[in-house]
Amino acid sequence: MSLIADTPISLIVLCSGLALVLIGLWGMLTQRNMIRMIVGFSLTDTGVHMVMVSIGYVTGGTAPIINDAVPIAEAASRVVDPVPSALVLTAIVIGLGVTAVMLSVAIRIYKARRTLMIDECTESKW
Amino acid sequence: MIKRLFILMMLAVMAVIFLNLAGNYRENTELSRLGHYYAENGPQELGAPNLVTAVVVTYRGLDTLGEVTVLFISAAGVGLLLRRTRRKQDDEDLEQGDRAEETAGVHKPASEIVETATELLLPMVILFGIYVFLNGHLSPGGGFQGGAIIASGTMFLLLALPESHISRLMIAVIESLSGFSYVVVGVLGVLLAGGFLDNRIIDPGTYGALFSAGAIPLIYVFVGLKVGFELSAVLDRFRKEDTGPL
Repeated sequence: MSLIADTPISLIVLCSGLALVLIGLWGMLTQRNMIRMIVGFSLTDTGVHMVMVSIGYVTGGTAPIINDAVPIAEAASRVVDPVPSALVLTAIVIGLGVTAVMLSVAIRIYKARRTLMIDECTESKW
Repeated sequence: MIKRLFILMMLAVMAVIFLNLAGNYRENTELSRLGHYYAENGPQELGAPNLVTAVVVTYRGLDTLGEVTVLFISAAGVGLLLRRTRRKQDDEDLEQGDRAEETAGVHKPASEIVETATELLLPMVILFGIYVFLNGHLSPGGGFQGGAIIASGTMFLLLALPESHISRLMIAVIESLSGFSYVVVGVLGVLLAGGFLDNRIIDPGTYGALFSAGAIPLIYVFVGLKVGFELSAVLDRFRKEDTGPL
């Protein structure tokens, strides 16, 4: 219990993110069902976002929003880095767009082949 | 078998790299120089209390324009991939079975609870989405988040009333107009202020007020509308029964 309490919070987020990347890669490489591969991609995507957010963390920092709790004068010493947060915001939206396109490709393949198994699509195999 | 071995080996190598990464990780005790600059000068320069918004909309505004473009292209790609194709004679039998299957699924009405909840919640969900993108410069939130909330309202509608018709023409008009206005605001920044997407084309106003931070709320309204309608269009495309062009 104390081991978890002593570990910096950003290290926990970083490790969870890296673990998610590995799980997602495993899913993308071993699963033959296209929907499962897309789920694997989403997991990897989320893992990368968690890694990016954890890298921007500053010890004891709070959300980079100036309000009553964080006056302007103290902003630079009390907030976490806003740049990784902004990058993750961009990355989430792009991940969503990529996932939507992948799902519609899967729907098209299902309509043409009546199956979601990638093994059936041999003509694009080298 | 050999494939599985390769996969396992690759994952093991990645795991070793990641372990090294995590092992050498030290938490930052102070901001990076760029982050420090944004935190110190962002509020005064742009008048936006939310620093993430300041970075997304103004400092890295060009990236956000690219992001909106990526989302637009992916929505267009979904539309292209899931468009209604002309039925071929050969596929007739297959398609007929397919259609029977689809209509059987589509015409099953949603339960009373879902329908009533949607009627009550839908206006509030959309209002909340608008609130989130109007307050993007003051509180956590912004155009993308607000747009996603509006699209979740559309999702509600499609779940409760699967028959409901969403006008593709309206979506296309609002989406194109907001995208166009976003670029116009950006170009106005070149003409009236310091550069492309500079938010100081409008007077920043009272710090912390709803209508402040120059053009940031304006840009976020356009982004929110664009994202909301784009994601609604994507959800509409993923519906089983295509309602035809426009």
